[in-house]
Amino acid sequence: MNQSTQSIDIRLIECAKTFSDGTRALEPLTLQIEAGETVVLLGPSGCGKTTTLRIIAGLESPDPGGQVLFGQDDVTNQPIERRNVGMVFQSYALFPNMSVEQNIAYGLTVRKMANDEKARRVAEMLDMMQITELAGRRIDQLSGGQRQRVALARAIAVRPRVLLLDEPLTALDALLRERLRVEIDQLLRELGITAVYVTHDQNEAMALGDRIVVMDKGMVAQTGTPQDIYYKPSNAFVADFIGTINRLRGTANKGMLQTAGGKLPWSGPDAGDIEVLFRPEDATIVALDAAELRGHVVASYFLGDRTKVLLDGIGEQTVVVETADRRQFAKGAEIGLIIKPDALMTLE
Amino acid sequence: MSLDRKEVPLLAVMLIPVFVVFATFFLLPMARLVLVAGSGENGMSEYLTVIRTPRHFESLIATVLLSAVTTLAALVISGISGVFLERNRFRGREALISMLTFPLAFPGVVIGFLVIMLAGRQGLAKEISTALTGTRLVFAYSMAGLFVGYLYFSIPRVILTLMAAAEKLDPALEEAARSLGASRWQVIRDVIVPALKPALIASGAICFATAMGAFGTAFTLATNIDVLPMTIYTEFTLNANIATAAALSIMLGIVTWIALYIARSLAGSTVAAAA
Amino acid sequence: MRRSGIFYLNLGFTLLVCAFLIVPVFLSIKAGVTENFFQGVKSGLTLRWVGEVWELYADTIYLSLLISITCLIADLLIGVPAAYVLAKKSGRTARIIEETLVLPIAIPGLAIALALIITYGGFRDFRTSWLFILVGHVLYTLPFMVRSVLAVLSSFDFKTLEEGAASLGASFWQRFFTVILPNCRSGILAGSLMVVTLSVGEFNLTWMLHTPLTKTLPVGLADSYASMRLEVASAYTLVFMVMILPLLIALQLYGQPREVGHGKPATPGSRASS
Repeated sequence: MNQSTQSIDIRLIECAKTFSDGTRALEPLTLQIEAGETVVLLGPSGCGKTTTLRIIAGLESPDPGGQVLFGQDDVTNQPIERRNVGMVFQSYALFPNMSVEQNIAYGLTVRKMANDEKARRVAEMLDMMQITELAGRRIDQLSGGQRQRVALARAIAVRPRVLLLDEPLTALDALLRERLRVEIDQLLRELGITAVYVTHDQNEAMALGDRIVVMDKGMVAQTGTPQDIYYKPSNAFVADFIGTINRLRGTANKGMLQTAGGKLPWSGPDAGDIEVLFRPEDATIVALDAAELRGHVVASYFLGDRTKVLLDGIGEQTVVVETADRRQFAKGAEIGLIIKPDALMTLE
Repeated sequence: MSLDRKEVPLLAVMLIPVFVVFATFFLLPMARLVLVAGSGENGMSEYLTVIRTPRHFESLIATVLLSAVTTLAALVISGISGVFLERNRFRGREALISMLTFPLAFPGVVIGFLVIMLAGRQGLAKEISTALTGTRLVFAYSMAGLFVGYLYFSIPRVILTLMAAAEKLDPALEEAARSLGASRWQVIRDVIVPALKPALIASGAICFATAMGAFGTAFTLATNIDVLPMTIYTEFTLNANIATAAALSIMLGIVTWIALYIARSLAGSTVAAAA
Repeated sequence: MRRSGIFYLNLGFTLLVCAFLIVPVFLSIKAGVTENFFQGVKSGLTLRWVGEVWELYADTIYLSLLISITCLIADLLIGVPAAYVLAKKSGRTARIIEETLVLPIAIPGLAIALALIITYGGFRDFRTSWLFILVGHVLYTLPFMVRSVLAVLSSFDFKTLEEGAASLGASFWQRFFTVILPNCRSGILAGSLMVVTLSVGEFNLTWMLHTPLTKTLPVGLADSYASMRLEVASAYTLVFMVMILPLLIALQLYGQPREVGHGKPATPGSRASS
């Protein structure tokens, strides 16, 4: 791959966004994205992630005082067409009046690239995305997955300084989403390009992001690696938004945590009444006499590779655990659990 | 949005041509028309004489009535045929649709001429009635002739709009009503007509507006019935009574515009789109 | 499927409506090629009257063609950009402009013509040229072009397409000419056919705006109905119908702006959703 453009870092400094109708889409945000890094903006709809991406792209300008830097280059007042970004839209935004080939060539045509070089570049892109046989097709003759590939090829054909992806997989069905996610991941690694990826899907975020920026109500809730976000959520919003989490209330005293469902070993400080969290996969169902916690089955769902069991009598809310055991869980039956010692989390 | 904000001057540039043309040839002349109507011997009370002069007032009433009756008839006829053609697929359907929409582009004069062909002194109606009963049926040059002509140019316009609306009717609604035991007539009353209501109002309004302003048909038939456009024309060309002609035109414009406005507030914003 | 009695009742009714619309047309055509209308077809068929019409009225046909084509060009130049701006801006000003542009549909042609005469009738050269008629036609047909283009613009997410083009480096005008216009083809075509058809058949305005030297086809028709023998008038009507027939067929084929072939529609509000 001779992606000649060097990757650059992106800095947002105090970028806020208030729309003309007065709604505040984004509180002042400062964010550093390293060169070659893939950062995923993750959050529910309305959290400000798309606005942030559009500010980076140049489709929105930040409120006065905000600054966008591409490397040393202050691009705050540059319109998108001069920023040299590659963008992939949720709806793909492929031009229906052009063939696949013409779509991919569009950015090069606009840049007045010589025809032979353009043809070479387009062929390279078609090859890279494995869509060479689609070159002459019309857009409305393509499947969703094919459109996605064309959109990616079109965005990277211009060798952009950064690649911006706005929920690129949302319009696809689950199976295809999974496959393209892997492809996009490989592509980003291969290109080594600075990429910003917006999604509301935590699995996508985990799989693709070097770092994840979780956003909520126009503010950053937490920034960190997928592991950080998952195992060390810094607040209740992140803990709830990412994965499934169980909450227990208990009294920490002398290396033990006393909860409604039983006693757990506790390595933290004696903090009196505290709330601890743990992930379903960190609990193991064991025989009652070996159990640390005991609860009663409320419901169980067979999911194929595993069974999801809902228990009460342990925390204030239902506790969810998962097991690969091939056993039936009768409603009301008493179940014992142990929890991995390092799996208990607390929020500050 | 930055994309938008930087585009505003460019978008304004794109509006300049249409603005110049409209300001010069529409807004300014219409303003002058309003002024001229008030510049005659009677001043602004010219507008009132239009109502006080029985001849003019009668012509206004006649025009409104004729337009209203035409609209009603066109809606009923086009409603029946439009829904029928949209609901049923049979051989020759396309040909029927083509025939029904063929007269769409006929100017009023041609329609007047066709009415003469149908009901004039040497018309088809006369031929048939003479052969059958011995009486000579000639009605082209009367109110009936005008009505036939107005109906002729209204049906194609209305039927196109209604067919487009009927296409979007969800057959499941009708099926649901029938599954609940509604009779055919109840289905029409409770499902089809309400669903077509916006289209009926929209196309009815356009039909009414067109009928109010129609001039060519009456001109060709040269009837003794003064519809308002004919009155305006007579005042302007024969009597050189420019102020009266202007005042009458404005009356005509206002009545028509009010009809469209009422229809639009009843039916949403698509009224002027259908034509 | 077995047809019910209601079906045949409806079909009968529809056939009657068709007959009402089509029979007079045939009567007129027949009269136009009959040697003597009062004696009927038995007097023989002839193209004599059509020839006579051509001799007498050919210039009205040329003028109508000239005006309708010029009118179309004017509508394209001023109407298409206007429609784009109106589709793009959602504010109150844009809606007021849109209202004003479609006003000539609501105001009777006679009133517009009168207003034009009152205002510009004194400019003799302008008053007596075909451009005077053209102005009226442009006002009257422009709403149809604008509406048609607006309709196609609202059928696809052109704003996102533009953003896509901008992200690839295209400037405002590049976006307009390479992305917006090509995707509006169907609406522009439908609008164009409508404009030409309406212009060729326009009478209400034209009758007031014309002069003895600037007669269009419908004006000539009115003229012949008043002063010529029935056969000539019929033959002239026949010529008119032959002229607009291709336009009408094209209108039926392309008259509805088609939806632009497009990817999965963006979810509503996706532009500023998060």
